[in-house]
Amino acid sequence: MTAIAAFTPRPRYRFLLDRSELLGPLFIAPAILYVVVLVALPFFLAIYYSISAFTIYDPSYRFVGAKNFFDVIQSEVFRRTLINTFIFTIGAQIIGLLLGKFAAMLLMQDFPGRGLARALVVLPWAVPVSLATLAWQWMFDSLYSVINWTLIAIGLVNAEHPPQWLGQRDLAMIAVTVVHAWRLFPFGVVIFIAGFTSVPKDVLDAATVDGAGFWRRNYQIILPIIAPIVVIALIFGTVFTFTDLSVVYLLTKGGPINATQVLGSLAFQVGILSGDVAHGAVICLFLFPFLLIAVVFMLRALRRREI
Amino acid sequence: MPRLAARVLREGSFYGAVFVLVTFAAFPFYWMLLTTFKSDGDLYNLKSNPYWFNAAPTLEHIRYLFEETLFVQWVWNTALIGLCVVAITLVVALPAGYSLARMPGRSAENLGIGIFLTYLVPPTLLFLPLSRVVAAFGLQDSLWSLVVVYPTFTIPFCTWLFMGFFKSVPREIEEAAIVDGCTIMGAFVKTVLPLSVPGILTVVIFAFTLTMQEFVYALTFISSSDEKPLTLGVATDLIRGDIFYWGELMGAALIASVPVAIAYNLFLDRFISGITGGAVR
Amino acid sequence: MASVLTIDIRKQFGEVTAVNGVSLEARDGEFMVLLGPSGCGKTTLLRVIAGLEKATSGEVLIGGRVVNELPPRARGIAMVFQSYGLYPHLTVWNNIAFPLRTQGTPREQIRRKVEWASRLLGIDHLAHRRPRQLSGGERQRVALARALVREPTVFLLDEPLSNLDAKLRASARSELKAFQQTVRTATIYVTHDQVEAMGMGDRIAVMDHGTLRQVGSPTEIYEHPADEFVASFLGTPPMNLIERDGGSLGFRPEHFLPKKLLNGFAVQEFQFRVDRMEYLGSERILYGALDGRAAKREVTAKLPAHVALDGISAGAWHPFAVRERELRYFDREGRRPSTDNGEPPP
Repeated sequence: MTAIAAFTPRPRYRFLLDRSELLGPLFIAPAILYVVVLVALPFFLAIYYSISAFTIYDPSYRFVGAKNFFDVIQSEVFRRTLINTFIFTIGAQIIGLLLGKFAAMLLMQDFPGRGLARALVVLPWAVPVSLATLAWQWMFDSLYSVINWTLIAIGLVNAEHPPQWLGQRDLAMIAVTVVHAWRLFPFGVVIFIAGFTSVPKDVLDAATVDGAGFWRRNYQIILPIIAPIVVIALIFGTVFTFTDLSVVYLLTKGGPINATQVLGSLAFQVGILSGDVAHGAVICLFLFPFLLIAVVFMLRALRRREI
Repeated sequence: MPRLAARVLREGSFYGAVFVLVTFAAFPFYWMLLTTFKSDGDLYNLKSNPYWFNAAPTLEHIRYLFEETLFVQWVWNTALIGLCVVAITLVVALPAGYSLARMPGRSAENLGIGIFLTYLVPPTLLFLPLSRVVAAFGLQDSLWSLVVVYPTFTIPFCTWLFMGFFKSVPREIEEAAIVDGCTIMGAFVKTVLPLSVPGILTVVIFAFTLTMQEFVYALTFISSSDEKPLTLGVATDLIRGDIFYWGELMGAALIASVPVAIAYNLFLDRFISGITGGAVR
Repeated sequence: MASVLTIDIRKQFGEVTAVNGVSLEARDGEFMVLLGPSGCGKTTLLRVIAGLEKATSGEVLIGGRVVNELPPRARGIAMVFQSYGLYPHLTVWNNIAFPLRTQGTPREQIRRKVEWASRLLGIDHLAHRRPRQLSGGERQRVALARALVREPTVFLLDEPLSNLDAKLRASARSELKAFQQTVRTATIYVTHDQVEAMGMGDRIAVMDHGTLRQVGSPTEIYEHPADEFVASFLGTPPMNLIERDGGSLGFRPEHFLPKKLLNGFAVQEFQFRVDRMEYLGSERILYGALDGRAAKREVTAKLPAHVALDGISAGAWHPFAVRERELRYFDREGRRPSTDNGEPPP
């Protein structure tokens, strides 16, 4: 006869480490805590400041309601800034992602040196923003720009009046857009390559047998299938460009005369450099509705992942 | 032969396109490289061809960088910040990712996505109020402010990475350990953790590179030169008045960029898998 | 006129020769099965016929025309892939309509054809669903409808049943065969499953390592295999092969019976020691060894369950026999010398 050991009830905390209902939330708690304290709280703090007249010279809290919002909206500089932010974002996405897709198609072919080409193409995205921007600043330099030197050497530009990439209004806009697009396009390349290789081979073969030529295969079959992935990439890219501060601050400091100012750099200028926390906070908050829309789209794209 | 000519044209334009793209991507780095080693005379000479050395290359800029600027201090700062942030991130994100991967039901997925979405909240939205918080804690102008704040973006993303990673580890392994006598915690430590080394490595690399790349918080919180991390110090301190020390600047940029670039190239696939939520492997 | 004719097709991938000189003919209206183990080159051959791979040498003729230089869409073929290759982002209707759209067919005609194909396959109620909402069997029917709508000269099917679960496979098999007999289009069907091949094929082409071993009706292949490979590949359990004079002597398990059941027939007798038995409901499989005869693997006998087992038990020797006309002889190279009807050579 087999004897089953008598089960003596032990104190309740004995099986603590077995209780998944306990461990589960316990494991997640620190992450949630961090996010709440250092993300949610500051966000509400920003709102709090935006309806005050807080400056670092006079850090008393005085409620001024929506006055700051009106101040900001009516400012000419702010309107210019808002438009700039959109221009740079849209321009950079278009150029960056188109280049990225084109490059992805090229880099999917097998050719000698492909590994090296791919590694080099990834560089702009991999390297810290500030350092890459410095390199471009040097390339756009008012006196020693290598771009200008080349243009003069080819004869496209007059040596007496070389273009001031960071000093002339329109050229500065172009310069900022180019740097943004340059940073974005490797991301696009990687995403598109990953997307292209995820399309099942059978589907591509079926399309070939069904008579779809190169362009039809690309635009009617492949692109719709990888659309969710592309959308995710687009959202990331848009958010990064829209909320940028580094590129503009380092390249042009928002100049010449606020011509290339964006929301991020303006907020820095007003809130930190000038010490006007209240108005700075308002400018920051303008980023929020845009982010909300991005989040909504991202959620939808994430849900549609598995087709 | 029209066939041969067509082929030459096709191959030629293919390689041409590749060349243009690669040049567009990599030229600024080539420029960095050249500038670092060009003597000042060669660098600031409008007449000389900038695409190659016209005088002998020099190590002067590098020497200056290491001996007469705070470059080494900045590298040190960045390393310290990086290490601490990675440690904090691992301690917080790993259990969270694991818990979310093993939790039954839709709520886990939603919570995971929720945490991931906080990654989208940019520093430029929060830097202003955070600067007041940092000041309130007396951490302003100290690199410890960065150690506290940086995990706000590394934790969300790394939790998401871990979640995806642990989902791919089959439950059977843990269940076998539990049947063999381990507690849940014990099973996790003994079976899953050893298998997770590649995942942990990836997260470490990414947390570190995210930390190294950051600029906005550093710019906002820190003004003393010797507290600055690398990306900030190089961008702000290598300028005397209005004069940019381009040789040193590019040298610093180059040295700082190389490890990050190598790391990204090695771990690219995992990063993409993480960002697209595992839709693409 | 043959619907498909391949003449000495060779296909190499770098160092590896996947298809090594295959000449095959699929006749009008026939269901031809390409059977063989994984890696034997059958799928590669199919893809060469389809035009998805280019033959290294040799010719492919479809409907009497040489099609080597033509792309798949111009060859008059339609193909069903192993995982069906349905367009995941299109509805069932649009999936079926896609090949017609690429040809620029007018809208009214597209509508008629898609409806006809859907109705034939019983999927017209699924027109607005997406592939991910369909079961495995439904997906197969959509893939067939998409192929049908092109009204091809030949259907090419690449293991379309292997992704279905076992229960579904049997019914899908008979549906497919019925479908083919309705539309009467020549079909080339690739599989590694010999039960599928025997059940569906009008003729079977057995392949191994890139070469064609035998082509014939199921009866011919099963009862008169051209070599040891074909003999072993078809039949479960496989044919018993015993060493004889450097070559082999073969007989199928179902012909290996207790001697007293074969009284009155010309037989060859063997002493059989039974090591173990499996009772499978409708039949019994006996595993063991022959006295004094070396065999390639365990010798098996397959007895119908209603045959009494009196006296047969594990461990003892029993007299078993095979009718002489069921014996097959294979020479040193494993091939059967050409005689007709299996008369043993001297």
